[in-house]
Amino acid sequence: MKTLFRTVTLLSAFLISGQTFASSGVHLEKAHNNLSDQGSLQNGMKLFANYCLSCHSAEYMRFNRAGKDLGISDEQLKQNLMFTAEKVGEPMKVAMAKEDAKKWFGTAVPDLSVVARSRGVDWLYTYMTTFYRDDKKPWGVNNLTFKDVGMPHVMADFEGGVKEAVYKTETGADGKPHQVVDKLVPNCGALPKADCEKKAQEYDRNVRDLVNYLEYMGEPAKLVRYSLGVKVILFLLFFTFIAYLLKKEYWRDVH
Amino acid sequence: MITKMLVGLRDWVDVRFPMTETWNYHLAKYYAPKNFNAWYYYGSLALLVFVLQIFTGIFLTMNYKPDAGVAFASVEYIMRDVEWGWLIRYMHSTGASFFFITVYLHMFRGLMYGSYKKPRELLWVIGMFIYLALMAESFMGYLLPWGQMSYWGAQVILSLFTAIPWIGDALTLWVRGDYVIADATLNRFFAFHVILIPFILAALVFVHLVALHHVGSNNPDGIEIKKNKDPVTHIPVDGIPFHPYYTVKDIVGIGVFLMIFCAVIFFLPEFGGWFLEADNFIPADSMKTPEHIVPLWYFTPFYAMLRAVPNKLGGVIVMFAAIIVLFILPWLDRSKVKSIRYKGTLSKVALVIFSISFVCLGYLGTQPPTPVLTAFSQLFTVLYFLFFGLMPWYTSIEETKPEPTRVNFSH
Repeated sequence: MKTLFRTVTLLSAFLISGQTFASSGVHLEKAHNNLSDQGSLQNGMKLFANYCLSCHSAEYMRFNRAGKDLGISDEQLKQNLMFTAEKVGEPMKVAMAKEDAKKWFGTAVPDLSVVARSRGVDWLYTYMTTFYRDDKKPWGVNNLTFKDVGMPHVMADFEGGVKEAVYKTETGADGKPHQVVDKLVPNCGALPKADCEKKAQEYDRNVRDLVNYLEYMGEPAKLVRYSLGVKVILFLLFFTFIAYLLKKEYWRDVH
Repeated sequence: MITKMLVGLRDWVDVRFPMTETWNYHLAKYYAPKNFNAWYYYGSLALLVFVLQIFTGIFLTMNYKPDAGVAFASVEYIMRDVEWGWLIRYMHSTGASFFFITVYLHMFRGLMYGSYKKPRELLWVIGMFIYLALMAESFMGYLLPWGQMSYWGAQVILSLFTAIPWIGDALTLWVRGDYVIADATLNRFFAFHVILIPFILAALVFVHLVALHHVGSNNPDGIEIKKNKDPVTHIPVDGIPFHPYYTVKDIVGIGVFLMIFCAVIFFLPEFGGWFLEADNFIPADSMKTPEHIVPLWYFTPFYAMLRAVPNKLGGVIVMFAAIIVLFILPWLDRSKVKSIRYKGTLSKVALVIFSISFVCLGYLGTQPPTPVLTAFSQLFTVLYFLFFGLMPWYTSIEETKPEPTRVNFSH
């Protein structure tokens, strides 16, 4: 039994550490999500409904399921979060036609139901915090994590304004010097520095809430499966112990 | 009164169907060696996973839609709107990987203790057919969620058939039912995954058990317990009835196994991308090829061998040869003894090198190919084949230790 357990543990450790992911070359900041923070999830859902849901759908998520899981009543959903949907049991769809999206953003706008599972929460957090001003782009912004993304910086007002990029010169693979982004700095216009920093912190917190909500939306069962898992494993421990005693009793007469 | 009725019923059935006889033959009077160690859990555990896969599969089919237009959405529907659907789905997706984990460990046990040697050659060959059927089953099942990795993984593997001279292209088209992986492919894979292959698997598992109970179980010492029977009872002196001794023992194994299995289901269902890949949460798109296409982990050793050969047809041949060589293993081992415990140093070293090669190939198969990694894949592919190729030589020249007359057993 010990050997079996050891083998499996060792194998798991090796496998988990061995897995690598295709990296985009950008260092990802940790999202530090906390699914047990219901206030954060509620704020995240509010942000999602107000800022994302006009273009991005979340077709596999129903309004009232999120409401039930996050403690938002049907009335509150209808008044504050549902702008195009009529019934609380409807999935989160968008009114925008796919053709229009192609015309306006140059690409189909992806559904965000499971984006936290395909991109990962750290990527989403980093992505939302690395928009910067780039006048060459149609919407006037670019993104460090997702280069030349077609999406405008819809939450720019929260930041006090779009971040500015500080450039540096680097020699590229072709041997010629290139202008690359060194770092991003906040840009709050006429605001005093202290207020600007406060805004930046507030923005980070809001993005965390949004990403927290996206993680929940990617897999609503996450809210229950951890606590259920603990109970299941405690039961199995008890079951295995009894089974072991039974085995011991039977095997007493094997010599 | 009730006992009398039940005995009467039993006798009534026994006249018409060999109920008690079958029970005795396979369980209550099937004498298994008493020295089984932890490696002997994996057979019954693989059977347990098989049953779990069938049952969770039935519930998944009730809500899954094998239609390229809605397949992805129907899986998300199961994950959200179906009561306990997420648990059923995770049991099935985790079960697929645990099926391979248990089967690989079960096969390794066979390798270690020479369970493929006479008179168990056919038992081993039937087991290999189970392994083949299992590969087909999981390959087809992985297309069903209709994510990017489902789609492109199937695309890559099916395109291997095009390497076959003359008929390759026509054969691939016939298997796919379309010029690319499409709705037709999804529908036929669904049919094979839920009916044909499970049926074949169940039949093969049955035959595997019939063969096992006919020749009797091997054991860590690799000696035949049937050679030493009690003169009066004719029961092997080192044998104990499978039921109740091994049924109660296997329940303990099942408890430990379920703890690990449930830990994955509830806490790590994606297992860091090894059991459920991140890209598979993007719906299949025939116009967008993912940056890095990887088959699931249980195929990666063979995938690494495929890529180790520069020529496509050569790679396909090497990959299939790697599986076929396992079928002829019983006739490659010339050793006088079965178990690794009594084999010589050469066999022990060979088994260690083989195991390392297989695991490393599995890892290399998940990595993007670079010249260095490909060189390693080539090295390990050669070592993999040398284990089999040189086996007739090293098993016949090495000095073996004498086998004991009785099995080693202590509490």
